[in-house]
Amino acid sequence: MILLSVGTQLPFDRLIRAVDTWAYENGQVEVIGQTGHSSYTPRGLKSFPFLDPQKFRSLQEQATLHIAHAGMGSILTAMELGKPILIMPRDHTQGEHRNGHQLATAKRFVDTPGVFVAFNEQQVIHHLRHIENLAAPASTSAKAPDAFLSQLRASIEGVRQADRRADSLQPGTLSTPRRAS
Amino acid sequence: MSAKRLLLVASGGGHWVQLARMSPAFDGHKATYVTTLPGTQPPSPSAKVALICDASRSKPHLLILLFFQLLWIVIRVRPEVAVSTGAAPGLLAIQISKLFGAKTIWIDSIANSEELSLSGRLAGRYADVWLTQWPHLTGAHPGLTSYGGVL
Repeated sequence: MILLSVGTQLPFDRLIRAVDTWAYENGQVEVIGQTGHSSYTPRGLKSFPFLDPQKFRSLQEQATLHIAHAGMGSILTAMELGKPILIMPRDHTQGEHRNGHQLATAKRFVDTPGVFVAFNEQQVIHHLRHIENLAAPASTSAKAPDAFLSQLRASIEGVRQADRRADSLQPGTLSTPRRAS
Repeated sequence: MSAKRLLLVASGGGHWVQLARMSPAFDGHKATYVTTLPGTQPPSPSAKVALICDASRSKPHLLILLFFQLLWIVIRVRPEVAVSTGAAPGLLAIQISKLFGAKTIWIDSIANSEELSLSGRLAGRYADVWLTQWPHLTGAHPGLTSYGGVL
């Protein structure tokens, strides 16, 4: 089963239409979509406007592939579950979001194992026609790195000195997404 | 270290998943989570989850309702520390918590790798600890700092 989701806030019919086109033409694979505020009527998808968070979580766990907009919730959860995810960023110039951060996110994850990036509908369909290449990654820890957690804990407990100074950077973190070893 | 009352606020979706990844930092404290998506489960079974409505720039008419929901939550919880990963409802939660004397921590979403979110920029005025997950952005705003990312 493939899970398609586009978040709960804004419509994203370009992605839904592309996946639906492939699902209809393929006819074999079950595709369940949380399609949100969509005006598109799918032919190949089993679509729901919104799914209960627990139901959605269990679909994420069962899916062999997640297809989503380039939202961090979908990407992080797929990485934590060790599921492959195909993402397409929303284009704010087409009114699909308030700004271009999803495009930046998509570019950041181009080289991350298990995250496959499509920048348009044609690339979505291309990836899906070669679905055997969308391999599952090793799962990533569901916790933030220890260095992050210990600094946050120190701030909460009030023992941190240099909170509002710009000299407390962690050099070298996050130039690429970190993976669990 | 005695247990502190924490208010932990994130909109549903990516903001929430990032807050959940930080949950080990809240162990041993009295955590109240606040989110926008009905049916959300807390990261630790003992923690409580309060629901608020999802006001945003595209749904500003909900701001009044959101304000009173958050005010009520802050009055009941009396947080000593308020933490938010965004978005707009989290900013309002930080502002109200600050009025009631809480230490406030803003952690801008990992999605904002090129510039802070609008909420994140505004949070600089109200956050005692003002964080981006992208160290290269710290130079853009005095006082903005980073502990690295949640990933």
